[in-house]
Amino acid sequence: MKLHEYQSKLIFSKCQIPVPKGRVATTSSEAKQIAEELGGRVVIKSQVLVGGRGKAGGIRLAKSAEESEDLAAHILSMEIKGLPVRKILVEEAVNIESEIYLSITNDRSTRKPVIIGSASGGIDIEEVAQQTPEKIIKVHIHPLLGLRDYQGRDIATGIDLSRQHWREFGQIAQGLWQIYKDNDATLVEINPLVITSEGRLLAVDGKMMVDDNALFRHSHLAEMRDLDIEEESEIEARKYGLSYIKLDGEIGCMVNGAGLAMATMDIIKLFGGEPANFLDIGGGAGSEKVAAALRIILSDPNVKSVMFNIFGGITRGDQVARGILTALDEVQPQVPMVIRLVGTKAEEGLKILEKSNMITATTLADAAKKAIAAAKEGQ
Amino acid sequence: MSILVDKNTRLLGQGITGHEGLFHTQEMVNYGTRVVAGVTPGKGGEWLLDGKIPVFDSVRVAVEATGANTSVIFVPARFAPDALFESADAGISLIVCITEGIPVQDMMRVRNYLDQKGVRMVGPNCPGLLTPGEAKVGIIPGNIAIPGNVGVVSRSGTLTYEVLYALKEVGFGASTCVGIGGDPINGTDFIDALSMFEADPNTEKVVLIGEIGGTDEENAAEFIAVHMTKPVVAFIAGQTAPPGKRMGHAGAIIEAGSGLAEDKIKALKAVGVRVARHPEEIPSLLE
Repeated sequence: MKLHEYQSKLIFSKCQIPVPKGRVATTSSEAKQIAEELGGRVVIKSQVLVGGRGKAGGIRLAKSAEESEDLAAHILSMEIKGLPVRKILVEEAVNIESEIYLSITNDRSTRKPVIIGSASGGIDIEEVAQQTPEKIIKVHIHPLLGLRDYQGRDIATGIDLSRQHWREFGQIAQGLWQIYKDNDATLVEINPLVITSEGRLLAVDGKMMVDDNALFRHSHLAEMRDLDIEEESEIEARKYGLSYIKLDGEIGCMVNGAGLAMATMDIIKLFGGEPANFLDIGGGAGSEKVAAALRIILSDPNVKSVMFNIFGGITRGDQVARGILTALDEVQPQVPMVIRLVGTKAEEGLKILEKSNMITATTLADAAKKAIAAAKEGQ
Repeated sequence: MSILVDKNTRLLGQGITGHEGLFHTQEMVNYGTRVVAGVTPGKGGEWLLDGKIPVFDSVRVAVEATGANTSVIFVPARFAPDALFESADAGISLIVCITEGIPVQDMMRVRNYLDQKGVRMVGPNCPGLLTPGEAKVGIIPGNIAIPGNVGVVSRSGTLTYEVLYALKEVGFGASTCVGIGGDPINGTDFIDALSMFEADPNTEKVVLIGEIGGTDEENAAEFIAVHMTKPVVAFIAGQTAPPGKRMGHAGAIIEAGSGLAEDKIKALKAVGVRVARHPEEIPSLLE
């Protein structure tokens, strides 16, 4: 789950990471008031969860409180990459001397957190990593020991930070580690960490991503979720414990297991069709879950046929079949349905489904071909 | 012969008094696995499955009383890290963690601790292990595989069943099937399983089932090129998956590969691995 810049900065400021003065606003008059409090010269930053806000015109400098009101009104009326701007962050403008990059994230390959620093902050850090990898300094953190102070200094020397800033930089690095650990973050990033002309360090931008699996112990973070970035159908799916991603094709897929769901999409494509979605109904597919999944798949008007691929392992085929029958009864789908049921109690399941007019298939390839043919006929 | 589990496995189950854990324990016992103990804090002294399996309050006591050497974990995600630490501290040498949804920072702490102790973990978020005809540790349905000489290693769950089933349909059996799980931090990776299969005299060929994300398949390809004398057939799921949600900029920096299926397939083909276009094509590539 991604957090907004203003949410991240609130967390930063509680952990000794200095951020520019300012607040979030939802109206232009509010923005003007904040600008007046800050002395007029402010930066107005749209709060949307996409990259490239600056390039899209979503970050502007206002020289006076009056100008801030106009700019705020303009930015609040914008859509950036399809997302409406609902909130803006109004902050004091900062005189920038130089810009540093600093982050902590999970390094899958070493199975440890890693702290990453670069003297080339403020710009596209991926480009820096590709073109001048020597400018990226990485130090791995032992997950049981935490970030040690010397490791913070290793980053400071690695990026040629002058000695006068080491102490403050060390505090910021420790603050970042604390935030990473206490919030189960998968990424905490300051880009840029600015050295101001007055010689202070300041986190001018902040980004955080939090492990969805850990939200059970961070209810305050779970409440921060921005639903704008998700498809309505994906939100609906999550309610039922389904994993759903909408795609552009015409063949709806209902599968148990993520790997098998992907393999099912792949085989549809292999035989000349296009999958309309990824959907994993997970284990224990009762009728309520199956019905919800079917409703979600059919809410996509592009769907011309639906392919069920259920491998009864622990999930029993007869139970799934009953679930499907109930769901069909409730949803009354108008498109052809192909079912492949294999494994535990598959024969019993198929017998139950004889009453429905679903097309049955034995192999995965057979099912995909039939679903594609059915979609074409329906057109 | 086989890898990791066999007739000599003495299995202890953590969290097997719950509904799901109990169901799978029954399945494991029916398959012939020697389940010697269960551990559920607060339920020590009870017996499961008509008095066949004693329950203990702690793993340490269970190990002392029964000589268990392997543990399988069905404990819910929020308690699973503790169960893993407990097993490691009690001297269990192989832990199979079925639980899904464990926070990744917990797994980093667990994995680093287990490495220090020299304890092997399989999973989490995995279907477990199956050595057909000998032992089943986890939730892989026993009836979809027959004994044989194909080693199977997979990041997936039901897709693994699909492949085992496809193999069985044409008479191929498995030496051992290892479900390593789909989490970013796990205990056993492709390379671990491949090297065990390479050393196992009863494994003649290996099937590797990967999926998008991470660089495990690319790393496996490098390992295969240098260390594997046995033929490997692979399938990678997710060729049509939309580009995944990337982990911000920092993630992209440390993940050398793209995580895309096509790059994984390319890496595997480059070292002579035959890559199936769909799961049902795998048996024909083994012949």
